[in-house]
This record gives sequence, C-alpha cells and structure tokens, in this order.
Amino acid sequence: MKVLVPIKRVIDYNVKVRVKPDNSNVDLANVKMAINPFCEIAVEEAVRLKEAGTATEVIAISIGDKSCQEQLRTALALGADRAIQIETSESLDSLNIAKLLQKIVEEEQPQLVILGKQAIDSDNNQTGQMLAALTGMPQGTFASEVKVEGDKVNVTREVDGGLQTVALNLPAIVTTDLRLNEPRYASLPNIMKAKRKPLDVKAAADFGIDLAPRTKLLKVTPPAERQAGIIVETIDELVEKLKNEAKVIS
Amino acid sequence: MSILVFAEHDNSTLKAETLKTVAAAQAIGGDITLLVAGYNCQSVVDAASKVNGVSKVLAADNAAYEHQLAENVSLLVTELASDYEHIVATALTTGKNFMPRVAALLDVTQISDIIAVESSDTFVRPIYAGNAIATVQSLDSKKVITVRSTGFDAVATDGNAEIVSLDTATDAGNSSHVSDELTKSERPDLGAAGVVISGGRGMQNGDNFKLLDGIADKLGAAIGASRAAVDAGFVPNDMQVGQTGKIVAPDLYIAVGISGAIQHLAGMKDSKIIVAINKDPEAPIFQVADYGIVADLFDALPELESKL
Repeated sequence: MKVLVPIKRVIDYNVKVRVKPDNSNVDLANVKMAINPFCEIAVEEAVRLKEAGTATEVIAISIGDKSCQEQLRTALALGADRAIQIETSESLDSLNIAKLLQKIVEEEQPQLVILGKQAIDSDNNQTGQMLAALTGMPQGTFASEVKVEGDKVNVTREVDGGLQTVALNLPAIVTTDLRLNEPRYASLPNIMKAKRKPLDVKAAADFGIDLAPRTKLLKVTPPAERQAGIIVETIDELVEKLKNEAKVIS
Repeated sequence: MSILVFAEHDNSTLKAETLKTVAAAQAIGGDITLLVAGYNCQSVVDAASKVNGVSKVLAADNAAYEHQLAENVSLLVTELASDYEHIVATALTTGKNFMPRVAALLDVTQISDIIAVESSDTFVRPIYAGNAIATVQSLDSKKVITVRSTGFDAVATDGNAEIVSLDTATDAGNSSHVSDELTKSERPDLGAAGVVISGGRGMQNGDNFKLLDGIADKLGAAIGASRAAVDAGFVPNDMQVGQTGKIVAPDLYIAVGISGAIQHLAGMKDSKIIVAINKDPEAPIFQVADYGIVADLFDALPELESKL
C-alpha cells in the first residue's frame, strides 16, 4: 500500500511572526522556516505504517519554490522513501493546492493520503477535505488514531464533545491532529541517507490546471494588543475587583 | 442575496454558536435560510425556527445525516447550493470537517474562521494563530465561509420561520460511523459558557483538576485546559483551549497554573476579563491578564472557592 504525504514549509512554530510596516503581509525575510508541525505528524504516521508492514512506500510531496526541498529532505530523513516537489513561485489557494495534489493522486494511486489538519501560517484547515472531495474519497479529519484493517481504515477523530470513530473505505484521506503520535528526531545517518533518496521536480504549470487566485489579500494588521492589568496581593482583593470593578461576578 | 446557514446540533439541541453564525450572516446581508441536517432532530428544527433573522428552516431529517458524516452532508449542501450566494457554517468540528468539501465540489475556495464581515465578499480572519489579522476578498462567485463564533453576538430566539421538510437522502456510501466516546458533563459547553476556568501543567495531575470543580460550580463555569495539561494526559482533548483546540471568549476567563504559551493565548485572549493564578511572576500569562495573582494554586484555589 502506497501512502502519500503532502507537506508544507511554514514559519517555525517558535518564531513570533511580525506584520510588515506597510500591512501588505507578514514579514518572512530571514525567518527560520520548518515543516508544518501537523505535516510532521503525518510523515511520522506514514512511516510507522511502513514499519508495521502496512504501507510499502511513503511518498512526500510539497508545492512551492525550491526552498521547500529542505522540508522534503526532512521528510526523507524521517523515513519517507521518495519525494516530489511541484515547483511554483506563487502562493496558491487551498483549492488550487488540492487540484495539483489530485493530479498526483491520479498518477501515484495511493491507498492513503495523510495530511496535517491545518498549516500554522494560513490556519485554513481545508486542503485535506478539498482533496477528498476532488478525488471522491472519504475523509477522517483531526485524527488521533489510525488503524488500517483490510480494505478499510478506522479513524478516531478529535471532535468537540470528545472522540468519534469512523470507518472509511480505502483509498481514503486522513488529516492529523496533535495527539496522533509524537514525531521522531531524524538521526544523522538518516539525514545523510536522505540526501541520496530520489526527489522529482515537476512544474505546476505543466498540469494544465487553471491556478488563478481565488482570493485577494487586502491587508494584514497586527492584532489588538491586550494591556497587562494589575497584580493583586490577596484572594480577597481579587474577589472584590471581580465583583465591583470588572463586575463579572456577583 | 440569499444565504444558507448550516445549524450545529447533536440531534437534540441547537448549539448556541449557531445564533452567532446567524449574526455573521446578517452582517453579510440577505435572506437567511437555516439548514438542519440530522436524524430524529425535530426539537432542533423547532428551535431553529425561532432563531431571529431566519426566514426559512430546511429540515433534512434522515438516517444518512445522523452522525453528520462529511461525505453525506457535503453532498446535501452542494445540492442545495445553487439557490444561495453564501454558504455559511460555524467553525466547530462539524463545519470544519465538511465545509471545505462543499467548497471543492462547487469549485470555489473557502474563507475559514472569519471574525468580522467587511462586505459581502470581504472578510476578516486571524492567521498565524491570531498573531496577525488578514482582510481577505473572495474572488469566487459563490462564497463558502466558516465563522469563528466568538467574533459575533448571538441573535435572539423569538422568531417564527417557515419550516420546509426535505426528503432527499444523499448517502455517499464510502464511510460509516463506528462509535462516539463523548465526555459527559453537567457543566456548560466551553464554547458557550460565560465563565471558563482552565488548568495547565501547574495542576500536576488529573486528580487536582477537582480543585477547579467547586469554583466552577459556584460560577456556573465550564472547565478547560491548556495543551500542556492535555498532552500530559491530565484531562481529555475536548477540554483544550488554544489555537488547535477550542477558541473561547467568555466574560471571565480564569487561567490556573497556565504559563501562557502563544498557542494557548490564541484560544482565549478575546475574553472580556482574564484572571491569572500562577506562582511564577515571570509567566507570560500575566501580560494579558487583567488581574494576576502570584500564588501557589494549591493555596489559592481553596481560598477562592471559599470566598465566592
């Protein structure tokens, strides 16, 4: 069984993002970039399926300019077998990303596509579900457990009230939540080995898809800052302030 | 213009967040239809018909929608979509699950998690975990939108909308529901509570969360947790407040033993009043708190409970 894992290069989650002075976007110049944390969990899950003998091949894919090859090499060092980069210098909307991934799904015919539930930059939470719709596959989003059994996969999902388990016919789409697994660290020998694993580059323009933007970013502003309040010395003082100053309790 | 709003519910109760999503639809402006897709959900349909600003309720009561599987619900909504310019759902787990599927089936992109409406095609949404706020214009003919309910005030419920039953059943047949493991609680929903008290890593273990119970009882509060407390296994995942958990904006938020990682702040910094109880005076949570108290939570919590 082939597993396809789309990954995204994003700002490192430890870096505090800053808005550009002209409010055109956030400033990513000279900022540390990394593989999106949810995507890393997706790679780890696919590699574990391979180690368990369920998956036979793990293919990592990323869409972006040449710099996303760095994250693809990370995925290869974590245990993916080969990688595909779809080259584009444009920042594409989720729907266009999903359409490109659909073409790769048609070529590669994976039984399972595992994606992160959302990217920590755009916070859209869309691509996995859109790919599922375009390919007609069922989806198990926000997964905290994935069990492949015969021609089905059981996915336990993190939902508002707790957990929900669904059974999906393969091929299927899974998107990862935080507690699905804890990704490993790539070892030095594996990082070296990853440099020799195959990485195919395809041009986005060659897929014959209309990639015209579907949204226009008008402006980006910093959020309203909350002012730090006061430190109270005693619980009595706290209760008094909440009752009489903030008036949020009676 | 006409707007289709998807109602969030559990087949028995209409979720309070839906009232805020209807408010977002009113801000867009147009004739609002509320869709209730579920099974044996007449009580939800009745409640939906009383939501102000709604002119019509579509009731799709069918076994295919019992668990609101994305595969089935997205087909239903896509089928209905031709009559509407805007399709709107709440950014809760159901809406987040099926709406992008609807968008892709309609060949449009989705505008996720909006917190304000600028015009019928331009919306405001947080990006980078709320560390930047983007204003985005949709260039698609149809707008598929999810709403972060904390950005809007609930509409009233003394309306009287017409109810129309749908007899369509769209069953994609490629997925099925196996089981639910839902947390039972007498407390209000995290997303809807006026007061939320949350514990973090400082609680040390799951048992100590009982220290929050008495205070929550007295304040009618929901109990939440930081990601650190959930990851450490103290409490279940559905209690997590933060960027990847629940986004809350109650009148009063009490953070206990929570350091205040960006991830957590993203989920609660729109609360009206924030109280922080932490023994580390340097904890970043104090930078957003209206009232902070530097104290050992094991002393502070029993005292607070006794004085409320």
